Amino acid sequence: MIRKNVATINQAIEGIQSGMTLMLGGFGLCGIPENLIKALSQSSFGDFTCISANVGVDDFGLGLLFGAKKIKKMYGSYVGENKEFERQFLSSEIEVCLVPMGTLAEKCRAAQMGIPAFYTPAGFGTEVAEGKEYRNFKGKNYLLETAFESDFSLVKAWKGDEAGNLVFKGTAKNFNPLMCGASTITVAEVEELVPIGDLDPNQIHTPGIFVDRIFQGEHFEKRIERRTVQI
Amino acid sequence: MSLTKNQIAQRIAQELQSGFYVNLGIGIPTLVANHIPEGMEVEFQSENGILGVGPFPEAGKEDPDLINAGKQTITPLPGSSYFDSAVSFGMIRGQHIDLTILGAMEVSDTGDIANWKVPGKLIKGMGGAMDLVASSENIIIAMMHTDSKGGSKLLNKCTLPLTGVRCVKRIVTDLAVLDIVDEGFLLKERAPGVSIEEIRQATSGRLVISESVPEMVLKEA
Repeated sequence: MIRKNVATINQAIEGIQSGMTLMLGGFGLCGIPENLIKALSQSSFGDFTCISANVGVDDFGLGLLFGAKKIKKMYGSYVGENKEFERQFLSSEIEVCLVPMGTLAEKCRAAQMGIPAFYTPAGFGTEVAEGKEYRNFKGKNYLLETAFESDFSLVKAWKGDEAGNLVFKGTAKNFNPLMCGASTITVAEVEELVPIGDLDPNQIHTPGIFVDRIFQGEHFEKRIERRTVQI
Repeated sequence: MSLTKNQIAQRIAQELQSGFYVNLGIGIPTLVANHIPEGMEVEFQSENGILGVGPFPEAGKEDPDLINAGKQTITPLPGSSYFDSAVSFGMIRGQHIDLTILGAMEVSDTGDIANWKVPGKLIKGMGGAMDLVASSENIIIAMMHTDSKGGSKLLNKCTLPLTGVRCVKRIVTDLAVLDIVDEGFLLKERAPGVSIEEIRQATSGRLVISESVPEMVLKEA
């Protein structure tokens, strides 16, 4: 078996440089690669272009990278909930490209699957369509959207093995499986790293071929954004 | 009497049918889940990756790996499933979801909808709204008939940036139930005690009034 495990977080982020484009998994604060984000926020590198569904909150998730002024351009879908992001957005310190969420997911998946572009109806007739090619199929109009191109995918899984096979949990799956193999290098942090052979091949969500490096995160806070309980 | 937001949700719940997979937007649409008629089998999808959304957890049983699209903690119902965002939007784009219920800032009399951006105000993004409105065959809009300043939200043409074009089929407001037809907003039902004249005054787009417009009947779930 080809082994993908690396011993330290420094090895996990080796090769990430200023100005690179990064994909980061997660929806809200659910399923985010929190150890990798923390390491990048403390690194000497910045000017990143980031691709992620959301922008975290002020002191957690992608918010740590905005707080450390590490991001120059953001591709995202819903960007509420983060005051420092808002400030940088309103003062034009960062460039923001808003993408319909299904299109964002498919742009990741297309990159992963070797599909350069695809048609989707989302955004036709809106400002999202400006400057884009479109085509009519069976009486309905579709926009031509292209695959993302990025340098590093940073994802989080529940369990993984040393061959890079991944298993996700609950709605922490979200964008993570789509970003594996969608960049030049994919780094996965997992809550539990097990030896080769310990995972049932029937239960693997993402095969290790899509993952280049895997490590067990040192600490997972797994913060809840909106704790809501039965009254 | 115009309807409360909860009553708008109650009226929309009467549109549910057994066997429906339903996506609920944030705001009034979320309240629809509280009014499912007894014995009806519907399943709620949340676009972050769950089908079979159940109630909020009991205190102490929250799982950070289980949230809805509004980022609230949830529980799964027996028989639910989890999936990635591409599969989730595949369910939407592939028209496997039977009914989408969304809020709106404006709807035009040709079925255009604006619900994601107000120029000059902070922009939070469209999330999944553009995917939902572009793909769903069956979209019901839940909203107040007028904005906080009394201006109509049912217009000839939306003034705000669009979320989608020619996609809305039905609107339930605090004053009325209306369908989008070729001639404009077809008034189907009025809220109890609300006159056709009141609805006419609150509607700035083309309004079509049939011979009889019954009062809504709100059924208890």
